Amino acid sequence: MQMAFPFPCFLSRRPLVYDVAPKIKSQVEKQSPGFQENEVAMKELVGNLRKAVSRIVKGGGEKALQRHTSAGKLLVRERIDRLLDPGSPFLELSQLAGYGLYGDEEVPAGGIITGIGRVSGQECMIVGNDATVKGGTYYPITVKKHLRAQEIAEENHLPCIYLVDSGGANLPRQADVFPDRDHFGRIFYNQARMSAKGIPQLAVVLGSCTAGGAYVPAMADESIIVRQQGTIFLGGPPLVKAATGEEISAEDLGGADLHCSKSGVTDHYALDDEHALYLARKAVVEMNLEKLPDVTLSQEKSEDPLYPASDLYGIVGDNLKKTFDVREVIARILDGSKFLEFKAKYGETLVTGFGRLYGYPVGIIGNNGVLFSESAYKGTHFIQLCCKRRIPLIFLQNITGFMVGREAEAGGIAKNGAKLVTAVACAQVPKITLIIGGSYGAGNYGMCGRAYGPRFMYMWPNARISVMGGEQAANVLAQITRDQRMREGKEFTQEEEMALKDPIIARFEEEGNPYYASSRLWDDGIIDPVDTRHVLGLSLSATLNAPIPHTTFGVFRM
Amino acid sequence: MLHPLRQMSIDSLLVANRGEIACRVIRTARRLGIRTVAVYSDVDKYSLHVKMSDEAHLLGPAPSIKSYLNQKKILDIAKTSRCIAIHPGYGFLSENAEFAEACAKENVIFVGPSASAIRDMGVKSKAKSIMEAAGVPVVPGYHGDDQAYDHLLREAECIGFPIMIKAVSGGGGKGMRIALTQSGFKEALESAKRESLQAFGDDRVLLEKYILNPRHVEVQVFGDKYGNVLYLMERDCSVQRRHQKIIEEAPAPGINEVTRKHLGEAAVRAASAVNYVGAGTVEFVYQEESGQFYFMEMNTRLQVEHPVTEMITGTDLVEWQLRVAGGEPLPLSQDDISYKGHAFEARIYAEDPSNNFLPGAGKLFYLRTPIPDEITRVETGIVEGDEVSVYYDPMIAKLVVWGPDRSSALRRLAKKLSEYHISGLATNISFLLSLCNHPEFQVGKVDTDFIPRNHKDLFSVSEPSSEIIIQACLYILMKERFAVFGQIAKNDPLSPWESGCKSFRVSHMSHRKIYLHEPSSDTEHDVSVFDNGDGTCSMHLKGNVYPGVNGVLLNEGGKTLMISYIKGIAYHSWILPSDNQIHVISHTGIFQLHQREPRFIKAQLEGEGAGDAIAPMPGVIQEVCVKPGQEVLPGDPLVIMIAMKMEYVIKAPCHAKVEKVFFKPGDSVAKNVELVHLDRQ
Repeated sequence: MQMAFPFPCFLSRRPLVYDVAPKIKSQVEKQSPGFQENEVAMKELVGNLRKAVSRIVKGGGEKALQRHTSAGKLLVRERIDRLLDPGSPFLELSQLAGYGLYGDEEVPAGGIITGIGRVSGQECMIVGNDATVKGGTYYPITVKKHLRAQEIAEENHLPCIYLVDSGGANLPRQADVFPDRDHFGRIFYNQARMSAKGIPQLAVVLGSCTAGGAYVPAMADESIIVRQQGTIFLGGPPLVKAATGEEISAEDLGGADLHCSKSGVTDHYALDDEHALYLARKAVVEMNLEKLPDVTLSQEKSEDPLYPASDLYGIVGDNLKKTFDVREVIARILDGSKFLEFKAKYGETLVTGFGRLYGYPVGIIGNNGVLFSESAYKGTHFIQLCCKRRIPLIFLQNITGFMVGREAEAGGIAKNGAKLVTAVACAQVPKITLIIGGSYGAGNYGMCGRAYGPRFMYMWPNARISVMGGEQAANVLAQITRDQRMREGKEFTQEEEMALKDPIIARFEEEGNPYYASSRLWDDGIIDPVDTRHVLGLSLSATLNAPIPHTTFGVFRM
Repeated sequence: MLHPLRQMSIDSLLVANRGEIACRVIRTARRLGIRTVAVYSDVDKYSLHVKMSDEAHLLGPAPSIKSYLNQKKILDIAKTSRCIAIHPGYGFLSENAEFAEACAKENVIFVGPSASAIRDMGVKSKAKSIMEAAGVPVVPGYHGDDQAYDHLLREAECIGFPIMIKAVSGGGGKGMRIALTQSGFKEALESAKRESLQAFGDDRVLLEKYILNPRHVEVQVFGDKYGNVLYLMERDCSVQRRHQKIIEEAPAPGINEVTRKHLGEAAVRAASAVNYVGAGTVEFVYQEESGQFYFMEMNTRLQVEHPVTEMITGTDLVEWQLRVAGGEPLPLSQDDISYKGHAFEARIYAEDPSNNFLPGAGKLFYLRTPIPDEITRVETGIVEGDEVSVYYDPMIAKLVVWGPDRSSALRRLAKKLSEYHISGLATNISFLLSLCNHPEFQVGKVDTDFIPRNHKDLFSVSEPSSEIIIQACLYILMKERFAVFGQIAKNDPLSPWESGCKSFRVSHMSHRKIYLHEPSSDTEHDVSVFDNGDGTCSMHLKGNVYPGVNGVLLNEGGKTLMISYIKGIAYHSWILPSDNQIHVISHTGIFQLHQREPRFIKAQLEGEGAGDAIAPMPGVIQEVCVKPGQEVLPGDPLVIMIAMKMEYVIKAPCHAKVEKVFFKPGDSVAKNVELVHLDRQ
């Protein structure tokens, strides 16, 4: 008798006798008015996001573009496209950096494009100056974005490719750019440290690298320069003239011919942008890197979720006061909507469980309400499991905070919450956070907010982030004022209360807005809910370039 | 009835040739149970004919003179391999009387006519007088021995211009020139003599009246050792370029049965006049208006285009050759011979029709042929990966088709040509297709002036439609994706970077431009491609939007078939892959598009000796016309090289001083190699 195994891989697996994978069964009623209202509202938010991004990707305005391209240079996004493996994704980070940050001065994307893409099959961190935005000079936010990209590269062992075309620090803002720890100098500090760790640093000089900027190629492991276009010098011709009276052209002072044949500052001589990017692709091949994901992989091709991602619009909507079941979100992210829930009946306001994302194992932690002590126990337990098993964690944040009140405090919510915060803080497995609703107070800590070092952090356009809700904050302040007045025997009128509360609510609304957050780089970008699976999958895959370290937890207060 | 002559059944055969004809002969010989021995030169070591034969022997280095023309060596091999017969194929030794004699002396059967018949027909002037005596009409001309320039000029004036100058021992268009008027006579004469000397070791020429717009009609004849001669209808080979045939058909279109009979009988008379034995072809110039035909020459060999005759008469002429050479009488009599339907042969050459049919050489990186069947023959000696060598004829294959009538045969030819896919070097396939589709050709209005007269139609390639350009772009995208995602990382096979996220961009669509250059009309097309993120893309071309374009690539019999979905229509087209060229073969034609090469690649190529004297193709240096230090003017000949048995004059591109000459006569040079370094003034 012939044995027929259509898929030989079955032989090497431990088969389950009954393979009925637990799948999330969606309960969404698409015809309900709530769903449809939500859908309209979220679509508007996404529409606004796409509109904003479509403006941002155009760079620094028609005139600057014209000047840039007429010199035979490619735009920074074109450069990135040529650098990437054709037809492959680009996980761009913080598109909204600098959005409305400098008043009338627009700095699209913070004047620098950062993101992860595949170059010659290797995932790399790409950092490209946009010379059409203020000549590619570094605003404070530019520095912050550059450093964030380097941080991601360092944590995830991604080789860095710097596409340099920058006038250096923005002089009028030098005080906010130059002196501090996380300012300009940190760029080169990072380059040296990453190089030491064996994370390759490659610079492609496609324009000017003046003063501090000169150190980007100079500190790189390897650098490429374009003839008659790239220049590197510590002091530009005007400074040289002022200092020594010497008159010299930029090309003679620091052009490709000088640096490739005399100074040795650069290693490869390119004829134009395209050539330089081609050489960069070649250089990546010679980095001798191999990605070895430190996790088990699904044996079969990853399945798409059972439900379309576009449902998320109608499920979530824009009103944070309306609740939704986070499992509906999980069902639209994980492979085949398969989710093995952990402790489903315990601490139900926190949903935990295992699944696969593009074949990689993940532990999901999602909010389904305010955190109680049990929820905190459960989360802590689950994080311990994932760390022992080296399973990356994804946090889906939609949290008003930990439970307050006498009963909760008496139950030790503070120390129980602290357990969760300790677990989150110490977990060394890759952590990725997505804010799908509110992110308030200590809930932000327990659910791996920015301060807890997630490898990546994203927000949906409906999200809000603040120490508490605007109304709660206003109420708290109003209550304190009322109490004070009462002590003084004074009246606190309705009008006075409104006058106190309104600006607070408005301020919280403004500052809690995801654009406000993203523009200041409190996250790595606002994403369309429909793209969630892609963004989380690409991010997760990127984190697996680095080995997963062993976790040691701190003291769990009992 | 037993006959007095020696009969000796051939059981072993040496095939003294290469390429498709060697394969063709071996195929029939094997069918007849005959042991075959092939011979090969150094460069042919791994050729098909070597693989097909029962055994194969090395002749020597690549140049013909040292290999396939090496009579002694071939005869030695025949003896050591105990072959009782030698089939010379066509070209090489097929019409070499000395070789036929040498074979007879060594008691080896030469599959062909007697040495005397070869001699009689080989020298054109002599052939002509024999024909005149036998009552075959001939073209007026001068066939004398006095080769002095003044005398030849006087004779030319006597015959009247235009005049055709032909090598006395020539054939196949070599050593042939036309002087339209007296003023061009001298240059044409010198050139003819030079080429003739190179090709045949004999620079004697003959002059003939040049008949304008004639048709080239030839009759297949066959004789045996018993004095029987018959004809197997005629072929029309009028469509020629550089005086060489590229498309042949049988029977000749527009010739009635009476004329057919007259032609046949004249041909039989011609063959009988020299006691012809074996396969031969009597060529006539035929003037359609007058119905007149003149004897041109007789080819004492099996012709390249013999398969079209086989297809309509149902014969195997190689089998006949072997039987007749073995002493058997002709298997059929004239009355038994009839023809059925119509056949075409198209010769597929490694050449560039748009560059004056300049022969090419190089490796066939990709080769897919139509699937042969009862009525489709692919005669070739080349397989994928083989090289078209500079040393021999650049013919890649013959495609032979049959149909019940001329138009269906022609349709079939076009269909099968579109399934002949070659990349790696330029071929004339696209040109052959436009020939097939030309209305004049379709109605059989052919003559030797066909290509020059219809030059505009044949070379004005139809502009690719937008859909074709979209298809080319789609192919580029699919090919790139395959190149990137085809090699799945072994440690990370499910990675979303591989294919899961396609060309995902955060909150916007990835956009790129694809620049295509269409070389025939020298036009640029730029296509904006927006990736929809769902496996389709939107393309913008010439102000039109093509949303949701996608496609699939299929492997159909080893060929790449692309089905592309554009605006609700599924288009089927063949794709020929090559470096940065895309050939889209659709029912509307073959379209060649180049993906714009990055400037740096071009710059690197141009950096190497821009504007200097570069070998246009691989070949052998014939003559160096300049010395270092010499000043040259634009157009001055620098080097004469021989490639593909043709002569090329490399001329000075500008006013310059010769700085260095890199080669001497006899040296082999590769394509794009600098021959002479010029110092521009």
